[in-house]
Amino acid sequence: MQFWIAQTLNGLSFGALLFLLASGLSLIFGLMRIVNIAHGSYYLLGAYVAISVVRATGSFLLAVVTAAAVLAAIGVVMQRLFLARFYRQELAQVLLTMGFTFVFADLTLLLWGGDPQRLSVPPLLARAVPIGPVFFPAYRLAVMLVGATVALLLWLVQEKTRIGAVVRAAVDDQEMARGLGINVGPLLTGMFALGAALAGFGGVMGAPFLGAYPGADSDVLPLAFAVVIIGGLGSLKGALVGSALVGVLDNLGKALFPELSYFTLFVPMAVILAIRPTGLFGRT
Amino acid sequence: MPERWLRNLILMGAALLALLTAGGPAFPQAGPIRIGFIAPQTGVFAANGRDMLVGFQMFWEERNYTVAGRKVEVISEDDVGVPANTLTKARKLVEQDRVHMLVGPLTASSGLALRDFVDSARVATIYPIVSADDITQRRRTPYIVRVGWTSSQPNHPFGEWIARNTPYRRIAAIGYDFAFGHENVGGFQRTFEEAGGRIVQKLWPPIGAPDYGPYLTQLRRDVDAVYAIFSGTDALRFLSQYQEFGLKGRIPLIGGGTLTDEHVLPQMGNEALDVVTPLHYSAALTSSENRAFASAYAKKAGRPPSYYSENSYTGARFIYEALLAIRGNVENRDAFLAALRRVTIPDAARGPVRLDAYANPVQNIYIRKVERRGGLLQNTVVFTYPNVSQFWKYDPEEFLRLPVYSRDYPPLRP
Amino acid sequence: MAARLRIAGLGLGLAALLALPRLLPVYFTHLLILTLIYGLSGMGLDILLGYTGLTSFGHAAYFGMAAYTVGVLTTRFHLAMPPAMLAGIVAAALLAAAFGLLATRTTRVYFIIITLALGMGLWGLAYRWVSVTGGDNGLPGIPPLDLGFAWPRRDVTGLYRFVLAVFGGVAFLLYRFVHSPFGLTLRGIRESESRMRMLGFYTWLHTYVAFIVAGTVAGVAGVLYAAYNGFVSPPDLHITASAEQVLVVILGGAGTLFGPLLGAGLVVFLRNLVSAYTHRWMLILGTIFILTVLYAPQGVLGGIRAVLARRRPPLPPPAAVPAGEAVHQAAEATREGT
Repeated sequence: MQFWIAQTLNGLSFGALLFLLASGLSLIFGLMRIVNIAHGSYYLLGAYVAISVVRATGSFLLAVVTAAAVLAAIGVVMQRLFLARFYRQELAQVLLTMGFTFVFADLTLLLWGGDPQRLSVPPLLARAVPIGPVFFPAYRLAVMLVGATVALLLWLVQEKTRIGAVVRAAVDDQEMARGLGINVGPLLTGMFALGAALAGFGGVMGAPFLGAYPGADSDVLPLAFAVVIIGGLGSLKGALVGSALVGVLDNLGKALFPELSYFTLFVPMAVILAIRPTGLFGRT
Repeated sequence: MPERWLRNLILMGAALLALLTAGGPAFPQAGPIRIGFIAPQTGVFAANGRDMLVGFQMFWEERNYTVAGRKVEVISEDDVGVPANTLTKARKLVEQDRVHMLVGPLTASSGLALRDFVDSARVATIYPIVSADDITQRRRTPYIVRVGWTSSQPNHPFGEWIARNTPYRRIAAIGYDFAFGHENVGGFQRTFEEAGGRIVQKLWPPIGAPDYGPYLTQLRRDVDAVYAIFSGTDALRFLSQYQEFGLKGRIPLIGGGTLTDEHVLPQMGNEALDVVTPLHYSAALTSSENRAFASAYAKKAGRPPSYYSENSYTGARFIYEALLAIRGNVENRDAFLAALRRVTIPDAARGPVRLDAYANPVQNIYIRKVERRGGLLQNTVVFTYPNVSQFWKYDPEEFLRLPVYSRDYPPLRP
Repeated sequence: MAARLRIAGLGLGLAALLALPRLLPVYFTHLLILTLIYGLSGMGLDILLGYTGLTSFGHAAYFGMAAYTVGVLTTRFHLAMPPAMLAGIVAAALLAAAFGLLATRTTRVYFIIITLALGMGLWGLAYRWVSVTGGDNGLPGIPPLDLGFAWPRRDVTGLYRFVLAVFGGVAFLLYRFVHSPFGLTLRGIRESESRMRMLGFYTWLHTYVAFIVAGTVAGVAGVLYAAYNGFVSPPDLHITASAEQVLVVILGGAGTLFGPLLGAGLVVFLRNLVSAYTHRWMLILGTIFILTVLYAPQGVLGGIRAVLARRRPPLPPPAAVPAGEAVHQAAEATREGT
C-alpha cells in the first residue's frame, strides 16, 4: 500500500512538471504543426535563468517572472524570424528547431559553465510531510498544485475568453480564421511565446529537485514527447491526461521493471498509436 | 524587410561567436614530445573534463613544458564523453598528430572502447581517471598504465572500516547501473560482509536519472545506513532528493568517493554534511604537499581541486619522471612503458604512490567525512589506510579467478 | 545515353574513391570509412525522405539495432563476424518491418513524431537493458572482421576497400531500385499520394516496402560500423544521431542518390577538422542546420543540379519532375512492367 501511494504521488508530481512542458509543446503543435525539438532547451534555459536571478536577488518569484519573460522573448524571435517563413514545411521547421537546440546547448555551456547547478527549494517548502504512511516532499506537492492551477487557467482562457475562441478557431481551420478577418500572424507568435514561457516556467519549477546541467534538455524532451503523443497533439485535455499517465507509468516502470523502465513507457505509447494514431484526444 | 536583416544579424552574430571563441590550438607548438590528451570539454561531463585538463596543464606549466631537455606539446581533444568520438579522436591523435602517448579519457564507456584500440595500435596510454576494474585486471594490456584507481579499490578497506567502526550492520545500496556503480558496491559488499555486515537491498538507477523519487520511495526503512554511489549532477540531485524525502537525519548516508568529490561539492549545501566516503584523495588533506598543490590549483582554477584534477596532475608527474629516467627518449615505447611502471612518487598531493605489477597504483585510501570549515564544505579525513592495492588483502591470482564485480556479484543474500 | 554517361561517371567516382587512401594520410582514410558508413545509412534514409517524401527522425535506430545485434552475438554468444553481420542486417530489417507497421499509418508531421518516439524507445532499451546491452558501458570487444587470409582485420586500407565494396554494391542496388517502376511509384506518392491511389496503386504497401528498404540499408551501415569500430554504445542510436542523419541527407541533397554521401563527408570531415581549433562544435553544427534550411534547402548536390538544369534546360533533374509528370511516368513504367 505504502509503495503504491508513494509511487503514484511521485508519478503525479513528475507528471505535473511534464504538463508545463507538454502543454506548450502541444499548443505550438496544434496551432502551427511545428514539432519543436528546442522545447527541452527552453526548459533548461528557464532553469539557468532562474538560478542566476535567485543568486542575484534571492527571490524565487522574481526568478519565475524573469525566466518566463526571457523565454517568451526567445520564442518570439524564433517564431517570427525563423519558423514563420516555413509555414507548413514540417521538415524545414524540425531542422531549424534541431539547429537551435544545438546552439542553445552550447550557449548555455558558455554562459553557465558545465558544473551542475541547483536551485534551493523555497524554505517554506523544504520539508517532507506525512501523507498516510509515507513522507512526501512538500515541494513536490506544491509542483502538483502549480500544474493543476496552470491547467485550470489554460482551460479557462481557452473556453471562456475571446482569445481562447480565436485560438480554437485557428486550431480548427487556420484558413477559415484568416478568412474571417482574424489576424493570425501575431496570434501565432503570441501562442508560440506562451508555449516557450510555459516550458521556461517548467524549468524553474523543476530546478529545485532535478537541477540544471548540460544535457537536462535532452533528458526531459523524450518524456514531453511521450506525453503529447499519448494524449494527442494539439489537445489541452490530452496534455493533462498524458502527463499524469506518463508520470505514473514512468515511475512504476522504474520501480517494478528497472531494466526495461524506458520501454514500459514506450510500449503503451506504441499500443495507443496502433489503435489511435493521433493519440487519445487528438483530432484526425 | 527588417525581419530579414534582423535574422541575418543574429546568424552573423552566432558565426562571429564561434570564430571568437575558437582561438586556434590551445598549446604552444614547440616541443617534440607530443602528448594526446582526450577528455570531454562539452556535454554532461564538461566540468569533470575541465578539472582534468586544468590539472594536467598546471603540471606542465610548472615545468615550463620541458623535460630532459625536450619540449613537451599537449594536444587536447574533446570527446564529449561519447565512446565513438573517443575512438575517432584517438585515431586522429595517433595517426595525424603522431603523438607519443595518449592520456585520458574520462568516462568508463570511453575507457573500455579505447582499451581495444590502444591494445591493437600499441600506443603507450595513461589512464588517469577511468576506473573500470578490469582495465588493470582481467582485461589488462601492456600498453595501458593506470595512475588513478580501480572503482573497488577504496571500497575494500571502507567495507571493513564501516563494519569495525560503526554500529551499521544492515545496509541498503543504491548506485549507477553500469560497471562503475557495480564495482563500487561490489567491493564494499565483499569486505563488509566478510567482516560480519550484510547488504540487504541493491537498487540500480541509470546514469542521468532525472528523478530519484521512484528509487528513494523503495529504499527499505529498516536498515542501519544507506550506501550510495553517484557522481556529478546525479550526486547533486541524489543528495538533495535524499533530504527532500525526509531521509536525511533518519538513515545515515555513506557512499562511494565520487558522491562528495570536490568536482561537485562546492555546488552542494547542508544535505551533504556528515556523509562518509572513501577515496584515494581529498582536497582537505593536511600534508604540506597537498596544501601547496591545492592552493596553487585554487589560484589557477578558482575552485578546489577534485580528484580529477589531482589524478591528471600526478599523472603528468608520472610521465615526467618516466621521461627523465629514459632521458627523454620517448620514441622507445617499450622503454617508456617500463619506466612508467617503475615510477614511484613519495610526495604526491594524494600521498605516496607506486604501481603494482598490474600497472595500477598502490596508494593511501582515505575515509572522509563531509564537514563545514570556514563556511565551505570539505572532505575531512577521519582515517587513513596506507598503501592499499587494487587486490586489498587478497592474493592477486585468486582475486582474478573470481568474476569482476557486477550487478549480481557478490549476490544479494537477504 | 544519359544513363550510360551517368554510369561511367559513377565508375569514375568509385575508382577515385578506391585510389584515395594512397594519396591521403592514414587518418583521412578513417574519416573516409566513416563517411562511407554514414553516407550509406543516409542513402537509405533518402529512400524515405527524398524519394517517398516521409521524414524519418529515428533512422539511427536501425543502424544501432544492427550494430548491437553484431555486438551481442559476437561478445555474448561468440558467433563469428560474418554470420553475426548477416544477422545484424536481418535484425534491422525486422525492426523496420515492425516499426513500419506503426509509422506508415501516418504521414507528414505525425510520421516525424512517431519515428522520433520509436527511435527514442529503442535508445532507452539499449541504455537500460544492462544485462544484454551493457547499458552505458556499451559493448566493447567486437572482434575484427576476418574473411579469410587474415583480411581485412584491422588493416585500415583493407577495411576501407571492404566498406567501399559493400557501399558500391548497395549503391548499385539502390540505383536500380529508385529507377525501377517501384521507385517511380514512390516519387509519385511523394508528389500526390491521393492521385496515385486513384490510379490504382496500393500506396500503403509501396510506402511500407520503402520503409523496410531504408531500415535495411541503415542495417548494412550499422554492421559495417560495428566491424570498423569494434564497439557500440547508446549514443550511436540517440536522437542526436538520427537528427544528424537527416542533416546528412538534406545537406547533400534529398532525392539525389549520392547526395547523402556528400553530406556525410561534409559533416564527418568538418567535425573532426575543426576540433583542432575550437571546442564549439555544437554551435557550429547548430548553425549549419539553420543555414542549410535558410539558404540551401536543396542541399549541395540539389543546388548543383538546379544550376546545371538552368544551363541545360532539356535535362530535368529527376527530383524536380513536376507532380503530374512523375505520376504519369510511374503509371507508364508499371504498364511497361506488366
